[in-house]
Amino acid sequence: MQTSVAPNRLADLLAQKTNLLNIYFTAGYPRLTDTVPILESLARAGADVIEIGMPYSDPLADGPTIQQSSQQAIDNGMTLRLLFEQLRGIRARVQTPLILMGYLNPVLQFGIEAFCQAAAEVGVDGLILPDLPLAEYETEYRPVFQRYGLSNIFLITPQTSEARIRRIDALSDSFIYLVSSASTTGAKAGLTTEQLAYFERIRAMQLRTPQLIGFGIADHASFARACAYAHGAIIGSAFIKLLAASQNLPADIERFVRDVKGA
Amino acid sequence: MQYTVDKNGYYGQFGGAYVPEMLFPNVEELETQYLAICQSAEFQAEFAALLRDYVGRPTPLYLARRLSERYRTQVYLKREDLNHTGAHKINNTIGQILLAKRLGKRRIIAETGAGQHGVATATVCALMGLPCVVYMGEVDMARQRPNVERMRMLGAEVRPATSGSRTLKDATNEAIRDWINHPDDTHYIIGSVVGPHPYPDMVARFQSVISQEVRQQLAAQTGRELPDYVLACVGGGSNAAGAFYHFLDEPGVQLIGLEAAGQGVDTGHSAATTVLGRPGILHGSKSLLMQTPDGQVVEPYSISAGLDYPGIGPLHAHLFTSGRALFCPITDEEAMQAGLLCSRLEGIIPAIETAHAFAYLEKLNAQPHETVVICCSGRGDKDLQTYINWLDGQPVGH
Repeated sequence: MQTSVAPNRLADLLAQKTNLLNIYFTAGYPRLTDTVPILESLARAGADVIEIGMPYSDPLADGPTIQQSSQQAIDNGMTLRLLFEQLRGIRARVQTPLILMGYLNPVLQFGIEAFCQAAAEVGVDGLILPDLPLAEYETEYRPVFQRYGLSNIFLITPQTSEARIRRIDALSDSFIYLVSSASTTGAKAGLTTEQLAYFERIRAMQLRTPQLIGFGIADHASFARACAYAHGAIIGSAFIKLLAASQNLPADIERFVRDVKGA
Repeated sequence: MQYTVDKNGYYGQFGGAYVPEMLFPNVEELETQYLAICQSAEFQAEFAALLRDYVGRPTPLYLARRLSERYRTQVYLKREDLNHTGAHKINNTIGQILLAKRLGKRRIIAETGAGQHGVATATVCALMGLPCVVYMGEVDMARQRPNVERMRMLGAEVRPATSGSRTLKDATNEAIRDWINHPDDTHYIIGSVVGPHPYPDMVARFQSVISQEVRQQLAAQTGRELPDYVLACVGGGSNAAGAFYHFLDEPGVQLIGLEAAGQGVDTGHSAATTVLGRPGILHGSKSLLMQTPDGQVVEPYSISAGLDYPGIGPLHAHLFTSGRALFCPITDEEAMQAGLLCSRLEGIIPAIETAHAFAYLEKLNAQPHETVVICCSGRGDKDLQTYINWLDGQPVGH
């Protein structure tokens, strides 16, 4: 029986590079057909990892910005089935590691096995499902995820106990999502000295799994600061705000990525 | 068959704790401590004293003579509407505030639909001197205005939930997000038997005083401690959980939960979860859930704000799928007629939520010698405007 994850783009990238920029956007937002153009623009602009949000009506861990983009995407008609259709053939054009982020209920309704199969077929490398409990992952989901070469990405927060961090570290096979503060997404901007002390504490634990820092990362300054403590950082709400305001998505996305990276 | 929660936090296939990592430490803290704290003699003593001296328990079990005559059976009302603040909700908020104090929490948050749970939370926060924030859907704030004012008088801050359908589901989302943003000092007092484990079990235990008293009172009044039927309305299902609790393992007692059919289960304007729902996850637990084929939560509808919820507690999902309890949808029309009838026959104006339970008397066909206990979960003062509009023939609802 095969128990280890097949080496995928995500693991390869993490082994080779630091200062990784992971950008989140909501599928089907601002318009239903924007998913692939945004994804291609991000890849062209040099985003290292792209996180595609699967919109959900009740995103508990998200603040108003991502709630609104999710609702808009649902109103536009976005569904998981449609998302997989949109992503079909994407690997001919985009080699950037892709992550699907979303909540468990739509995935359950799609069917875990069918979902993993569809994700693997279009070339997805990892999954972030914040409301998937660790115990359920271990007993029920992990074998299925592994069969399709999908890496499960866990979150840790300033409140996560050391014992639990160790357990998550042992179960992780790509990166750990280091949530920078006790908050929903987009709630707090910038990084305080208290947060830097928390990053320092995690770094001192010498985990085997690399970490990317998310929540509160919005621009070059916060990105660079986070990169000093981790393998890279994740931007979500700030990018969604850009999409909401943009009149020229490809140009604005290119400029955003360039500015954040400071290139 | 086991009807109470198992050691993993499940009722059959339903329950669990599907929460983002940000909430894990809080839920784990509760899970590891709630039983020890709530079962300690000193907690029990303080809880019992407050229920007696502050809430006014035990509430009467009243033989409703005119309703009994009309339906040719023995109808008993468990008068939870006579509790301080006018509903069963305070049984739970007293318990949870005592727990929050023992956990060292300094700030309380809550969600509310009809406002009864919000008022009950604001009340115990005033009693204990803790700051209180209540999330309430914008739609509900408009249709339950008196309760908004009561909460404010009691010193609570009422924050409108402006997302989604702007009702109970969305208020619950906002309360959970508040908790994510304040993990250290805040306790979230959930008002129903929903949410991640251990909330459904904890709330059911605090509400179980209802059926505990019913058993004793029935024995004293009739010589039989078991009724033939127990009727209770179900939104999330806290009064039903309390009314059913001590009868769960008595197969001779038929338990019946009355859900809000709204304008009718086939109209697209309904909140009848056992009819319209499928297994899914909402607010941290797996249960029956009204949702689209794609797994998006459907916006429910009921004339009654307290039943306007797309899910149901995992205990009730288990009672439904296992067949232990019967669930039946009641339309707005049936509930309003039953509320008006109860007012005129018994001099008791029930909450519209509660009126859904009374409406089932029309369908029950109980025998003259049988005993029907209705959980009269709340009083209807908060609903006067809706009743008046209904009597005037005006459109009601959202």
